[in-house]
Amino acid sequence: MRTWRTLACIVLVLVVGVSLAANWLTPAGYAKQYREAVAAPPSHQHWLGTDDIGRDRFARLLYGTRISLLLAPAAALLSTLMAALIGGLAGYLGGIWSRAAMAVTDLFLSLPWLFLLITMRALMPLNVAPLVSVLVTFLLLGLLGWSSAARVLCSSATTLRNSDFVRQAKASGIQGSRLFWIHVLPNLKPVLHAQFWISIPVFILSEANLGILGLGVAEPLPSWGSLLKELEGMVSVGDEPWKFVPLILLIIVVTSFQLALSNPDEVAA
Amino acid sequence: MLGRKLARHGLGIIATALLGGFLAATMVRLAPGFNTDEAQLDPRLNSASVQALKQARADQNNIFRFYVHAMSRAWRGDLGVSLSLGQPASDLLRQRVPLTLRLVGMGLLLSWSAVMAFALSAARLRISVYDGLATVLSGTLLCVPAAVLALLSVLWNVPGALAIGLIVFPRDYRYTRNLLAKAYSLPHVLAARAKGLGEVRILFWHVLPLAAPQILAVAGVSVSLALGAAIPVEALCGLAGVGQLAWQAALSRDLPLLVNITILVTLVTLLANSGADLVGSMWRGQS
Repeated sequence: MRTWRTLACIVLVLVVGVSLAANWLTPAGYAKQYREAVAAPPSHQHWLGTDDIGRDRFARLLYGTRISLLLAPAAALLSTLMAALIGGLAGYLGGIWSRAAMAVTDLFLSLPWLFLLITMRALMPLNVAPLVSVLVTFLLLGLLGWSSAARVLCSSATTLRNSDFVRQAKASGIQGSRLFWIHVLPNLKPVLHAQFWISIPVFILSEANLGILGLGVAEPLPSWGSLLKELEGMVSVGDEPWKFVPLILLIIVVTSFQLALSNPDEVAA
Repeated sequence: MLGRKLARHGLGIIATALLGGFLAATMVRLAPGFNTDEAQLDPRLNSASVQALKQARADQNNIFRFYVHAMSRAWRGDLGVSLSLGQPASDLLRQRVPLTLRLVGMGLLLSWSAVMAFALSAARLRISVYDGLATVLSGTLLCVPAAVLALLSVLWNVPGALAIGLIVFPRDYRYTRNLLAKAYSLPHVLAARAKGLGEVRILFWHVLPLAAPQILAVAGVSVSLALGAAIPVEALCGLAGVGQLAWQAALSRDLPLLVNITILVTLVTLLANSGADLVGSMWRGQS
């Protein structure tokens, strides 16, 4: 299992590295149109061919990978922070705060994730600049993805609140926010850490789903969602198999995340 | 005892659905562009008519009044009119709910048949190659976006229910396989096997009764997963169900329709989870 985890980490580092080098590998950029080669098959000039309006697919894949792989962790960070604040504080304060926070958490958990995403996305203006659409999409993922982690954190914080060392700290006169920030929150770090890494592949897949449904990153900016939307117009798999490259890369990246995060003990069991 | 439990569950469901409706209405009220009404731009309207339209909008400025008004109308069966489709929301939902229920039901049936077949054989046989293959299959499906599976189902002309089944399968398989494997490794099951008890008897008398409450809980959660999966499947396969309606409402920012769908989906999900919870606790009480 250790070998697989190492391999997964290497793959992730490679993909991130190559996507960060997109400016050097494809200097023409993701939006340049090659009008003489519209919907062209793969060639020396265009490794993955060009799309329906003559843009280089390989360049778009690199830039799209960069957007998804850089912003998914940012969204994961936001959702983890929100989970820490909502779940951690609810568990630490207990009583009515805990019940209220868990009622809202239950409500979020009772709605299917994709349904929640498209509903909330619909509340934002849809016809916005591409850069704004990227921010809105990933901000939404970050703002909505905290609920399951908040539940775990609330339960952990409740256990911590009743633990000996917190009681001792209270007896020593440490109260309120200082107790939370210095004694409770640092002890939630392992859960927060796990939540952060688990959220990244979930958010990558969610962005892809939103993109295919036309509610994700707006054109001309590429993302995995908008690249996979090209599959919509296909008639048969054998016609243009190179269109599946973004999907294969997405599967490799998400699988690598899952392998890198997997618990060796659990796998062995 | 059971009556009290049912009442508590029922109250919880109603409270959560009302809270969901209130949050959805609040979001709708705060959404950018809520105060804009294209009708006010109609050049044929005189200033008094425009003023009347503005006044009607202003009445909805108070979120609580807006919500209470919407709820009292809903109580009378009036769910409002869809802004994008121009039809009563209740009619739209009535037309589309049966298809979604059929699709989700079939998807769940297919998914759970595969889950139980794979999980039982993986937990029972304990052949590492077989277990590995099932894990790789579910792991790969887990890494494919639901919308891509929906697109592939269109490409390969596969029924939408199968796409929903494939989306739900990997999420349920992992938990169910672990639960069954854990039950099979318990000492009393090993002892029963050592004494020569038949496999069918071991399964139905010793393994399933232990794992059933947790498996039922997973089944309850899978309803929510299947409802979520219905959105891309219906939207991309051109199936006129509630999932497609939700997608169309989102694309056209038909917020009143979205509020109604939110409440409906919340209710269905909560009912499924509570049902699974109740059956699970009754099972525990019996065994």
